[in-house]
Amino acid sequence: MHAVVRRALATVIVVLALPAAAGAQPGVGVKAKTGKGLYAAYCLSCHGVDGSGVTSTSHPPGVLDVHGLGPPLKGVGALAADFYLTIGYMPLADPHEQPRHTKSPFDDREIAALVAYVASLGKGAGVPHPQPQRGDISRGLSLFTEHCAGCHQVVAEGGYVTNAVAPPLHQATPVQIAEAVRIGPYLMPTFPASQISDSQLNSIIAYVQWAKHPDDRGGWSIGRIGPVPEGLVAWLIAATALVGCCLVIGRRFQR
Amino acid sequence: MIRAVVRYLDERSGTAPFLKKALRYVFPDHWSFLLGEVALYTFVILVGTGIYLTLFFEPSTATTYYTGHYLPLRGHEMSVAYRSAVDLSFKVRAGLLMRQTHHWAADVFVASIVLHMLRIFFTGAFRKPRDLTYYLGLTMLIVALLEGYLGYSLVDDLLSGMGLAIGYSVLMSIPFVGGNLALLLWGAPFPGKPDFESRMYVAHVFLLPILIATLLGLHLFLVAARHHTQFRESRRTTEKKVIGIPTFPGQAPRSLGLFFAVAAVLFLLGGLIQINPIWLWGPYHVAQGTNGAQPDWYLGWLIGALRLVPSFDVTIGHYTLVPNPFWGGALFPLLVFLILYLSPWLERRLTGEYGFRHLLDRPRDAPWRTALGAALFTWVFVVFLAGASDRVFVSFGVSYVGQIWVYRVLVVILPVVALFATRRLCLALQESERLGRIRKQAEAEARGEMPQPE
Repeated sequence: MHAVVRRALATVIVVLALPAAAGAQPGVGVKAKTGKGLYAAYCLSCHGVDGSGVTSTSHPPGVLDVHGLGPPLKGVGALAADFYLTIGYMPLADPHEQPRHTKSPFDDREIAALVAYVASLGKGAGVPHPQPQRGDISRGLSLFTEHCAGCHQVVAEGGYVTNAVAPPLHQATPVQIAEAVRIGPYLMPTFPASQISDSQLNSIIAYVQWAKHPDDRGGWSIGRIGPVPEGLVAWLIAATALVGCCLVIGRRFQR
Repeated sequence: MIRAVVRYLDERSGTAPFLKKALRYVFPDHWSFLLGEVALYTFVILVGTGIYLTLFFEPSTATTYYTGHYLPLRGHEMSVAYRSAVDLSFKVRAGLLMRQTHHWAADVFVASIVLHMLRIFFTGAFRKPRDLTYYLGLTMLIVALLEGYLGYSLVDDLLSGMGLAIGYSVLMSIPFVGGNLALLLWGAPFPGKPDFESRMYVAHVFLLPILIATLLGLHLFLVAARHHTQFRESRRTTEKKVIGIPTFPGQAPRSLGLFFAVAAVLFLLGGLIQINPIWLWGPYHVAQGTNGAQPDWYLGWLIGALRLVPSFDVTIGHYTLVPNPFWGGALFPLLVFLILYLSPWLERRLTGEYGFRHLLDRPRDAPWRTALGAALFTWVFVVFLAGASDRVFVSFGVSYVGQIWVYRVLVVILPVVALFATRRLCLALQESERLGRIRKQAEAEARGEMPQPE
């Protein structure tokens, strides 16, 4: 399990750390519907034949001292493939930028075929089946504050970490959250089951689902990130309105 | 009716001469003189809503467990202070309205003081004999910043705790005495003894409000004693003569109207727009944190300064003489306030005008003061903007490190640009006015009218 996760982590980091990894562009006249065909068209140029990776000594080693254009995919399992493909991180748009949540160029059937193909390359973790309905929101808030809020913000609105953005989790599905926790994509740390158990994970996911539409008492929520939007309201609405009042009831210079 | 009240009071206290004077006291009627009143009325709302909150808030760091109806906090270990603030928001009738209005009022209070101060600064109203009034106002601003910070910190939610941790580190960073000062206030290394909460509470609900009220009383007394300043608008306004409208029937209804407007805006915000949803942040436990924690806007300039100062410590061997947070968190605000306090004196020294000044300048009439003031406020404003750079990065994707470097450059360049651009603008405005006057005169002469002296 550990090795799998580590290699999956390496997958992203190496691809990001090394330039010229952006290879195939989807949608250029490729009709292949099989996983292997899609892999050959979109993934092979970086990840190599049968997911063996493309190593090159001419490139400086990336993070974790891995050499290569695209890391090997043998043994990363369906879990990693499903995460990177459904969230749209792969195929990578720009190897020099942190991948952002985008709409995948593949449809669901194509993703399923690719995931099955990558899973067939070696032994690896399968796509998880979290059960947030079994989780506890209150426990989820505790765990989220302890493990996640330092980067993702306590209401999962996202934030800045050194050299990266910890994305907001508005769009993350329960399965994607479960996968990301185990993989640790980009700079995110990996949390194996010894750190966050599956039942704790259910609670965290339950909380993240709740945080998408939290209890907004008190009116318009203005982003749920605290003082920055509050300051904007204080100046642009309140102070502006009150200066306006002064202008109305006070005298102005005669022109 | 007024007459009857005055007679009633006079027969029993002999205060008719004073009341007569008070009712006939003249007020300025230019709109910009109302900004100070906005601050005053915001303070009234703050005291009113604050009293309501003290009836329900329990300032204690004793451990308790939440058993209320709000699901995500069920069973959480927290301080009594935080639980009472959550209960106050959810259970107490009008509790959330009062809490939110109080917080909005705090934000608007400082904003209106700043606007008022800008008016005073850029019209030269701080000159003798009103320099003392100005010092009192600046002191109130400092006390208001501290008061707001304590209010934010009292609640013991996640943001409170993080804010206090930053305040603690900044205090610790003061060379030589910082560590002792922090220990003196907190009673023990962070998060301090339970007494610290009581200290913050007494300061927030009693000492500082009393201090603000006292300073405010002196401030208003001095304003009344020296009367208001006025713009040089017509031949009727001179250094010797005060022109304005009387308390009644001129000023009183207008001022009352302004009070209602302030109350309306603040309570509308309190009822319609969420501020500091503490139930979402959760309770504070040491070593926990959330990304993107920020202070209220009026301390944003200090966070900005902490972000912009490059990372270095002044050390002698293994002894750290000046830790990094000192520059942005302590020295920068000290410097800004020092400049503001010294401005009246500096202006006297630089212009050689030591006399009394009752007439105001329009900003363009004193190009150097306006330009230097614009440079100072640009400087502070750029640093203030830098305080929000992490949120700008998350919301708009502008590189954080890139922003910091841009701000580090702008913080040096923009004040200089503001200085010269403002001076040029003032001179250009003066020139265009002069040309306008000449043209008017020429047109009048062409029509065969007698030239009228301005």
